[in-house]
Amino acid sequence: MPYLEEYYDVAVVGAGHAGCEAALACARLGLETVMFTVSVDSIALMPCNPNIGGSSKGHLVKELDALGGEMGKNIDKTFIQSKMLNESKGPAVHSLRAQADKQDYTREMRRTLENTDHLTIRQAEVSEILTEEGKITGVRTFSGAVYRAKAVVLATGTYLNARCIYGDVSNATGPNGLQAATHLTDSLKANGVEMFRFKTGTPARVDRRSIDFSRMEEQFGDKRVVPFSFSTDPETVQKDQVSCWLTYTNEKTHEIIRANLDRSPLFSGAIEGTGPRYCPSIEDKVVKFPDKDRHQVFIEPEGLYTNEMYLAGMSSSLPEDVQHAMYKTVAGLENVKIVRNAYAIEYDCVNSRQLKPTLEFKNIEGLFSGGQFNGSSGYEEAAVQGFMAGVNAAMKILGREPYVLDRSQAYIGVLIDDLVTKENHEPYRMMTSRAEYRLLLRQDNADLRLRAIGYEIGLVSPEDYERTLKKERDIKAEVDRLEHTNVGANEKVQNFLKAHGSTELKTGATMAELLRRPELDYFMLGEIDEKRPALPADTAEQVNINIKYQGYIRRQEQQVAQFKKLESKKLSPDLDYNTVNSLRKEAAQKLNLYKPASIGQASRISGVSPADISMLLVHLEQTRQRGKGQ
Amino acid sequence: MNSKDTIAAIATAAGSSGIGIIRISGDEAFSVGEKIFKRAGKKSKDEKNLPGDMEEEPRKVCYGYIYDGEELIDEVLVIVMKGPYSYTAQDTVEIDCHGGVLVMKRILETAIRNGARPAEPGEFSKRAFLNGRIDLSQAEAVMDLISAQNEYALKSSARQLRGSVLRKVKELREKLLYEAAFIESALDDPEHVSLEGYPGELEKRLRPVIGEIENLVRSSGNGKVMKEGVRTVIIGKPNAGKSSLLNVLVGEERAIVTDIAGTTRDILEEHIQLEDISLNVVDTAGIRDAKDAVEKIGVSRAMSAAEEADLIIYVVDASVPLDENDRNIMKLIRGRKAVVLLNKTDLAIVVTPGELEEITGYPVICISAKEETGIGELERKVKSMFYEGVIDFNNQIYITNIRHKTALTESLKSLKMVMESIRSGLPEDFYTIDLMAAYEQLGRIIGESVEEDLVNEIFGRFCMGK
Repeated sequence: MPYLEEYYDVAVVGAGHAGCEAALACARLGLETVMFTVSVDSIALMPCNPNIGGSSKGHLVKELDALGGEMGKNIDKTFIQSKMLNESKGPAVHSLRAQADKQDYTREMRRTLENTDHLTIRQAEVSEILTEEGKITGVRTFSGAVYRAKAVVLATGTYLNARCIYGDVSNATGPNGLQAATHLTDSLKANGVEMFRFKTGTPARVDRRSIDFSRMEEQFGDKRVVPFSFSTDPETVQKDQVSCWLTYTNEKTHEIIRANLDRSPLFSGAIEGTGPRYCPSIEDKVVKFPDKDRHQVFIEPEGLYTNEMYLAGMSSSLPEDVQHAMYKTVAGLENVKIVRNAYAIEYDCVNSRQLKPTLEFKNIEGLFSGGQFNGSSGYEEAAVQGFMAGVNAAMKILGREPYVLDRSQAYIGVLIDDLVTKENHEPYRMMTSRAEYRLLLRQDNADLRLRAIGYEIGLVSPEDYERTLKKERDIKAEVDRLEHTNVGANEKVQNFLKAHGSTELKTGATMAELLRRPELDYFMLGEIDEKRPALPADTAEQVNINIKYQGYIRRQEQQVAQFKKLESKKLSPDLDYNTVNSLRKEAAQKLNLYKPASIGQASRISGVSPADISMLLVHLEQTRQRGKGQ
Repeated sequence: MNSKDTIAAIATAAGSSGIGIIRISGDEAFSVGEKIFKRAGKKSKDEKNLPGDMEEEPRKVCYGYIYDGEELIDEVLVIVMKGPYSYTAQDTVEIDCHGGVLVMKRILETAIRNGARPAEPGEFSKRAFLNGRIDLSQAEAVMDLISAQNEYALKSSARQLRGSVLRKVKELREKLLYEAAFIESALDDPEHVSLEGYPGELEKRLRPVIGEIENLVRSSGNGKVMKEGVRTVIIGKPNAGKSSLLNVLVGEERAIVTDIAGTTRDILEEHIQLEDISLNVVDTAGIRDAKDAVEKIGVSRAMSAAEEADLIIYVVDASVPLDENDRNIMKLIRGRKAVVLLNKTDLAIVVTPGELEEITGYPVICISAKEETGIGELERKVKSMFYEGVIDFNNQIYITNIRHKTALTESLKSLKMVMESIRSGLPEDFYTIDLMAAYEQLGRIIGESVEEDLVNEIFGRFCMGK
């Protein structure tokens, strides 16, 4: 008998970005939830970059918000600069990024958690998962206390057997010197879970007073800030913002790095974990791009409360003396004082192939996981997985159907599908290019795509949902109006067209036809569109995009229709692929390993060919026909 | 899976009889039929061409003409079948026309222009299966057929597109993929990959790609398909008289002799027309236990040509005894469609036809390539095999090519949209939608795209248009 035993519906292990979303989702759905953290002071900690969002990550945050997650609301309350990235490019790649006040961010999230009903926060290291006959029954802490739970969500981030390294210095701690979790890995392995070892890194933090900003380009926030959350009133986020600065490395920097590569733990072999190719350290970049004579370095404030500045683009695990020397070569950093060294961190994570698309372990019922523990990188990637894992843990307990978003519905769907389907040997970072249907998966329409699902789950309020429905109606009505509004070739119109470098009309045209001209848009046309109703900015933006890019959107929708055909063909987890007629051995092995949920997922597994998919389709049809005959 | 869109295909083997059947099936089958068929003896313009009331009698036959717009194509009988009283259990129109290949092709194309789409290989059977018209045991038989061919299920569609076309499509796909990947990497890493000046570059690079696809489309439309013919391979040990046989065949039929690009001296490919049957005859290096490297390559090419052949002509030298090499060849042709020729029967023979027939299990035809005797009998034999349906591959190649042509046309459309996007000054990320669509379409030709409805691909191993 353990000396302390408590009973919960859900236990969430970890209180980072994944853990917070998982715990909030479960508690808000009315389930008794306990969340464990090695330090209550490190709830929703941002141990690396001081921002939320960015290219494709901004999409994740907006999607999460549409579903009823917390990250978007939290950053809206605590940002100190906000910027819509890639505005010169197409709407699919516009992405919102906000600089956070780190302390404010964690404090605000902690406040939310502490004031959520059904949610208990416990500072303890979970050292064991408890299972009976392949089912989860709870967790045990290092002190021996037992917490029984119907479902467990693992969100241990980078803490499992964590080791922080720079040069030949190695500390067995989690990020920021926090206590690592050194026991859970063994328990997972004992339960048959296959583990990987990954690595990531962070740059130095430096004293703002030691920086010469006159040698850098100042980077301002947007004049008009767009909030992350669809529930945030845009007027509440218009406030004074701080600046970031842009500077560059140079040949001198690169020389120092090259001369000291042999002292890098990555190159000397002291680090065994695999790092992210897409978030490379400065030494990786210097090696990978030998022709580049400079790399960008963004200087970003860590918050309003501190003088610490983050050197984005210059993460490193080089020895302390080399770090000092290389940072000082950068324009404006000649006299820089380092507050915290750059370091690499190595940690245990799971081979995510072992997860279902619901983020439940295939072999341990009721055990879910999310975040960096699943082999991803980044706060946003972590948050959305934590949310989905939490929601599906809750659905399981409530006896409801799980929620799986597919690749045509959300970046979240792409992220999770990639994690559970593709061989993942490095920390997975969300990127625009990973989303095949990105013109449909824009950050600006995340509410239109996902609010209904969030409402159905039970995490979006009726008021918020109604707002989305109204927006939908307004968009449709305005698009219809523009399609049916004729514009005559009168003088006012011709002058307007001339002024915007657009060909004058010979006969009449509809307003929509004019809008489709590359040089015009909805906002310009206001000048000659007298009966235009007053619409909120986000609604007007949808009208503009929907009409302007209609052809592209339609073609992408056709691609999605093809994709959906294969996704809708479900495969049973009990199917033994060795019994499927004519399947190649190699394919059968892979399929038995992954046990894909659908033909679509099967088709994305490497080593499964189009011909194998054909065999599976025939097998499915036959099974269906047989079932019918009975 | 239970797709109801309307498909059309030629249901009879090309050149196999005086009558050809074009089958149209799906929800719009009647409306497609109505547009291209004019009933004989119709009194007024408002009168329908196809019979109206099908409830009483679900199958009807009409007599009339097929028109492509104003142009009369053929005099035909049309069988109209109301679903489920048809092979596919869907509304079906079958057009019995005169069996000439060109006539059938014209009718099929007209049906496609009027709302049908080309059937995927085996799609009629697939629908029959899905609608319960073929039972499970028949479906199992299909599976067995597939499993026998599974090793090259993928290669198979590629196999039909020989050599240069296959290489070309692959090359074009690689180019498109490169461009798409470049754009994506610039989106992900704008710091290191710049798109400055790229749209103009892309436009320049796409122009020749579009030109090449246009050429491919043109070549598939001008009857090149018909030239592809039955893949026929002549094998035998060195000096058995294979090349003389080929020369005789070519000379007699006055076929156009072409050196197919990429062939070397060890394999020579000739095109021969036996009335309306097309043969692509490949002369191979003599098969024997080769010692030197160059010869080894020739022999292994001969072996693989034989493996891919639809028809094998095995030439035996009657003037020398059978040896190890002959036994190897016999092993190779076992179970294949083959004709065995005993050549040099004008000399003193040491191998008799009876003996050879017994060992090979194939009927033997005695010829003398030198004296040009027995050639007529060989031709009759090949023709009868063709007419009896022992070999009927022309059809498959033909249909597949219409499918390929559609894929080429679609990819062309997509690339032109990319050009349009560039000209309209749209941001680069828009290009990838159509670039990838073109890439996928081209992939369908060489079997490298996972298709929306892959059961098509499976049933495609089975009879075409049936």
